[in-house]
Amino acid sequence: MDKRKPKKVFIQGAIPPEKIATSVANHQSKSNIGAHSIFLGQIRADEVDGKTVTAIDYTAYEEMAENVFHQIREATFAKFDITCAHVYHSLGKVNVGELCLFVFTSSAHRKIAIEATNFLVEEIKAKVPVFGKEIFEDETHQWKVNK
Amino acid sequence: MTVTIKYFGLVAEAAEKFEEVMELHGAITASELKTQCLNGLAIADKDSVQIAVNQNLDDTITLKDGDEVALLPPFAGG
Repeated sequence: MDKRKPKKVFIQGAIPPEKIATSVANHQSKSNIGAHSIFLGQIRADEVDGKTVTAIDYTAYEEMAENVFHQIREATFAKFDITCAHVYHSLGKVNVGELCLFVFTSSAHRKIAIEATNFLVEEIKAKVPVFGKEIFEDETHQWKVNK
Repeated sequence: MTVTIKYFGLVAEAAEKFEEVMELHGAITASELKTQCLNGLAIADKDSVQIAVNQNLDDTITLKDGDEVALLPPFAGG
């Protein structure tokens, strides 16, 4: 059964680090949680042919992406005994060192939370129609491909 | 019949457009439409481009009037 409502995943620009602290704080009243697992994706200064990436400009097929995020989240709840799962992804320009993906699961015990987070991240990278333009310091660019 | 075609990422860049409404004549599959749309575009690996019909990644679908088609380069989330 699909009981949970789709949650808004996309955030314009970088994910502020404060959002992670706030999210943790928001779960401190839930006394059945014994473990949180957090994955944070950060923009890396890759070097390609002597040029350095300074930012990634994210775009997406937003309507489909939001639906796929929801399906992945539902699949995660079906597969793992977790209490919560939250996903946030950036759109637009995110500079090197800033956060572009925040995945947060909670469970009674650590192994389930860690496995659920890992599952979410791998599914997101494989299935969500998000595109990344890697911008170099000289304003040229190349298109990112997930490995 | 008409379909709306959406272009994303490097496909939008090569096509120099984000969206167009196309008039189609006769039965055509998503795979055939993809070949037609990518023909002549400067894209190194056309096999890596996926086509979605009403958000469904199945290129064997036969298109019908009013479909929303999207040309999607390799995913790069995270």
